[in-house]
Amino acid sequence: MGRKQNIKITGKAHVYGDHIDTDAIIPGKYTKTLDLQTFADHVLEDLDPEFKDRVQPGDILVGGENFGCGSSREQAPLALKVAGVSAVIAKYFARIFFRNAVNIGLPVLEVSDFEIATGDELEVDLKAGAVENLTTGRRFSATKMPQVMIEILDEGGLVNYLKKYGDYRLQKDEG
Amino acid sequence: MGQTIVEKIISAHAAKNVHQGEIVIVAVDGAMASDTTAPLAITSFRAMGGKAVWDPDKCFLVIDHAAPAPNERISNLHVLMREFAAEQHCKLFEAGEGICHQLMIEKNIVRPGHIFIGADSHSCAYGAIDALGAGVGSTDLAAVWLTGKIWLKVPRTIKIELIGKIPMGIQGKDLILDVIGKTGIAGATYQAMEFCGPAVSALSLSGRISMANMMIEAGAKTGFVHPTGLKLPYTFTAELPDVEAKYHRTITIDAAAIQPMVSQPHSPDKVVAVDQVAGKKIHYAFIGTCVNGRLEDLQMAARILRDVKIHPHTRLIVGPASRQVFLDAVKDRTVEILLKAGATFIPPGCGPCVGTHSGVPGNDEVVISTANRNFKGRMGNPHAKIYLASPATVAASAREGKIANPLKYL
Repeated sequence: MGRKQNIKITGKAHVYGDHIDTDAIIPGKYTKTLDLQTFADHVLEDLDPEFKDRVQPGDILVGGENFGCGSSREQAPLALKVAGVSAVIAKYFARIFFRNAVNIGLPVLEVSDFEIATGDELEVDLKAGAVENLTTGRRFSATKMPQVMIEILDEGGLVNYLKKYGDYRLQKDEG
Repeated sequence: MGQTIVEKIISAHAAKNVHQGEIVIVAVDGAMASDTTAPLAITSFRAMGGKAVWDPDKCFLVIDHAAPAPNERISNLHVLMREFAAEQHCKLFEAGEGICHQLMIEKNIVRPGHIFIGADSHSCAYGAIDALGAGVGSTDLAAVWLTGKIWLKVPRTIKIELIGKIPMGIQGKDLILDVIGKTGIAGATYQAMEFCGPAVSALSLSGRISMANMMIEAGAKTGFVHPTGLKLPYTFTAELPDVEAKYHRTITIDAAAIQPMVSQPHSPDKVVAVDQVAGKKIHYAFIGTCVNGRLEDLQMAARILRDVKIHPHTRLIVGPASRQVFLDAVKDRTVEILLKAGATFIPPGCGPCVGTHSGVPGNDEVVISTANRNFKGRMGNPHAKIYLASPATVAASAREGKIANPLKYL
């Protein structure tokens, strides 16, 4: 999926609460297709039906705790990505969603504490793992991802990573 | 340093001793994908340049989530899966054979000590037989097809000690609902769970599968029910933790005090004892899924519905977890009892649990289901309300037309 990631991403924030589950991100009834636009057409439909019309390319989704809990459907991060979301920030993520997002090349940042309101302009620095709220001037730092995930994200996702390397590679510091 | 079960199984696959927090690449023993996840996995596999899967004997495809196909779009995805399976010489389970997790265990594909990766979040169910089952998405699964490997972070473990004797009529489902109510929906995120203690040895395989299956509803990456008392149709060596294994936390549950439990809309962790919501009118009862569609579950429902009819304003849908379960339930007349009570049988598969077909609820309808999730819209309609419970509680509720405690019928 896609290209090398930009190091800096700027976009408007859309803020939601805790435990946004994958059925809320993309209901199961829309997951059975290879037409990726279908996912985007129904993204967050049961949570915020107007989101799909409001979202602008580059916007950043902000969740609370346990973002993406529930199903293993990769259609969830794909729905956000195809709808134009450039990154997801949350206090922490459900494990499978976090892997899936990185695998399809959607940057995800775990930021344990932040002050961000819907409409705030954000700048995300992927290399530094930092989020700046340009509207308020406040800066927040993200938890460092495992090196293997950084490398996958760097290639724009796991498809490109494996196309390039043919296999997984581990850095020495990861044991 | 002592090791937990997850540390032991990952160590055996990483060819070195590992402990929580480490990141490792391991060879896996098997990979499974369903019709929700396989089509995207096939796309990713081809995009990676994949020509042949690493080991056709270890790759399994299952048509279960929308099976038989409810429309031409999904039917064509099934065609894609059949063509891929034929081209790659790997096993495909057809529509109607059963639910992926049930088949992986019932057909003796997943075995104790395995690392088995499923492109379905409930793959943690394999912990029922002391295997490390972990759910992933389509592209991770495609990478397993390509390399035979996966990268994993060794999780820390929550120990859940079940003491006391499990009362009659209390099922594995009630126990796991109680635990999820205590941990919350994110209480085990990035972690493994281990169920142990004297009450575990009395659990049936079916009850163990219900418990392991729902560990993901607390966020767990994987989990295990200690194999003490586990019976399988083949001989096996069970992996137990070291005495000095290090646990993140321990929760002790007095099984003797557990009552029939219910999850309320719209989250599996909104758990209360059934008596707290008893009397709530229901429109639709569903018994089935990978959590509770086995013979023991159907037999439990038949005990409660023998020689009676379900309440006239209620409908009951039953989906056996596999063709084998269906056949066994036909042979011992469980199916007959349930049909006479007014049940509608659907083909073995995920059915209404995932909201695609075979029983989508209407607006404002109240459903009581044996499934594992009740998120808003889960069954295909965001305006329905879903309660989760054991087969006994769902059957008793179908009988009364309202949420009911099953113990009076047992």
